[in-house]
Amino acid sequence: MTDAAKRPPSGEEGDPTAPACFDDAVLEAHTVTKSYILDEIEVHALRGVDLQVCRGEMLAIMGPSGSGKSTLMHIVGLLDHPTSGTVTIDGVDVSNMDANQLAAVRNKRIGFVFQSFNLLARTTAQSNVELPLIYAGVSGSERSRRAREALERVGLGDRLGHMPNQLSGGQQQRVAIARALVTEPSIVLADEPTGNLDSRSGVEVMAMLQELNAQGITVVVVTHDARIARHAQRVAHVQDGRIVLNELVVDRIMADVEKLTLDAEADTATAESNISVNREVAR
Amino acid sequence: MKLIESFRIAIKALSANKVRSALTMLGVIIGVAAVILLVSIGTGVQSQVTGQISGLGSNLLFVFPGSFEGGGSGGPGGGITKQFNTDDVEYVQRRIGAQGVVIPTLQAAAQLRVGNRTKGTTLGGTDQNGDASAGSLESGRWLTRGEVVGASRVAVIGSDVRDEFYPGQEPIGRELDINGQPFKIIGMLTKKGGSLGGSQDNVVYVPVTTAQTMLSTRDISAMLVEVADVDSIEAVKAQVERALKPRFSDQFTVFTQEQTLGILSTLLGTLTAMLAGLASISLLVGGIGIMNIMLVSVSERTREIGIRKAVGARTYDILSQFVIEAVMLSVLGGLVGILLGAGGALALQPLVPAEVTPWAVVLAFVFSAVVGVFFGVYPAYRASRLDPIEALRYE
Repeated sequence: MTDAAKRPPSGEEGDPTAPACFDDAVLEAHTVTKSYILDEIEVHALRGVDLQVCRGEMLAIMGPSGSGKSTLMHIVGLLDHPTSGTVTIDGVDVSNMDANQLAAVRNKRIGFVFQSFNLLARTTAQSNVELPLIYAGVSGSERSRRAREALERVGLGDRLGHMPNQLSGGQQQRVAIARALVTEPSIVLADEPTGNLDSRSGVEVMAMLQELNAQGITVVVVTHDARIARHAQRVAHVQDGRIVLNELVVDRIMADVEKLTLDAEADTATAESNISVNREVAR
Repeated sequence: MKLIESFRIAIKALSANKVRSALTMLGVIIGVAAVILLVSIGTGVQSQVTGQISGLGSNLLFVFPGSFEGGGSGGPGGGITKQFNTDDVEYVQRRIGAQGVVIPTLQAAAQLRVGNRTKGTTLGGTDQNGDASAGSLESGRWLTRGEVVGASRVAVIGSDVRDEFYPGQEPIGRELDINGQPFKIIGMLTKKGGSLGGSQDNVVYVPVTTAQTMLSTRDISAMLVEVADVDSIEAVKAQVERALKPRFSDQFTVFTQEQTLGILSTLLGTLTAMLAGLASISLLVGGIGIMNIMLVSVSERTREIGIRKAVGARTYDILSQFVIEAVMLSVLGGLVGILLGAGGALALQPLVPAEVTPWAVVLAFVFSAVVGVFFGVYPAYRASRLDPIEALRYE
């Protein structure tokens, strides 16, 4: 691990702001490359990425579309295999694991939050959150207790029996967050978690992720949106398949404050519209 | 993951698509019901026919021209087979003396007519002793020796013939045209009931001599020997064989009732197995239907599979989920099919002899379950091998 700390941690440039995790990295990627053939042309999605995610931090991976940030997330989330390079989760190298071993690691150590929620349709919030526990072999009664707790944690304790299509986008994403949390993973990976949400719901979801991070959960947010990225403590900028800059966020946005601002704006807007209505009535 | 969870997931998936699940099951339902129904009918007919043969009495010998053994060539009715005639009947009768009565039999298709109504039937030429195999009389009388010698135009009819021409009336003494010649009805047989392939009551018995004249032949189809003492049946059989050997060498066969039963049983058993085989084809088609729907279901639920894999489902978890789904489809279909098939067989019993046989039920059920596994494994295997990221990206 000391080797890793000495080595320039972010690709070829060498970036002084990238952290050393003091021997406690949840997730590490070493010189990861990914290339695939698309219409007979070889595409290099990742060209040698080094990434460390420290325990307890909130990291944003930011880059324009096509930069390779999603590919990176899929690889460190063990959903995809790198062409070369290694990935370690909690210090364990996963390079030589077979599909079932990878599934077990995903199940126990990684929680996913996707842009499109990826909840099972026609399945209650409760059952959706129980899903990872089913594959973890948790028994029925404990499963439903833990799923209920996770849903209460994201503020949906009163929506246990609702189907995804009976929930708003923001609520669906919170169900997805509960599903990611329920196995008490080492890390939560969120891929554009606000991408399909209106700004108000987006702020709520970011507030939720910040709150979870404050409770000690390691969170990685993948986004193309600089404003969303500034909710994290650190931003890894991805461009053309490389991490080009590791930036510590100085003016971090706290979603709680944003929420208050939005509420205030909404109140003003309502008040104004009320006034205009009153004027209409007065005439 | 525990198996019970796989079952829960499967039940949920099937009930989410009720109409589709029901239609998929329909293939198996029809297949299983067809197997059970046809096997029931086959078995029923088999036991009815063998019952009828037994009912003829165990003291009968059947003597046919042609050899039934030795590769099957030169069987009855083969072009070169030498037929029996009335001389042979008298000759065999002389040889066995009082140990039995030899009855000539000549069978042919015939056309009946009364007024404008016509009916196809089986014409049986026989003699005064022929009632031994024809069955009991409901009314009138059997042929007399004088009528046989004199080739009289008299007929004993089956109950179907009466029902066709003289429904609800006493037919004795009425007229009937057989192949355009007028006959007088002298007797009617008791109703025996139907079997597959035509009624046993659609028959007309006339003196064998009359039948020969009508058909312009001196031949007969077969001889029946009614043996006086059942215990001496093998001895009489040997005598008949010895008597016919110089005239026909090997080109004749003598069956006891027991042998006839054996042959018919084998024949009908084969027929039943054939019916079951044909019905199994529909079960196979039903299985392919399951595979088809499971493949559709897998590609429809690619995203679901991706989600499950992302949160930690192993290959085996996905495989068992889809196999169990397919097996549940086929087993549920099998159960409904058994109910329908057995119910149908019972409902048909007044018309057709049908016996619901336990082995057919068990066989159909096991077969349907096997079909489910066999045709479910491939789609399930495809599902389980999906790459999680490909599956998640699937639109």
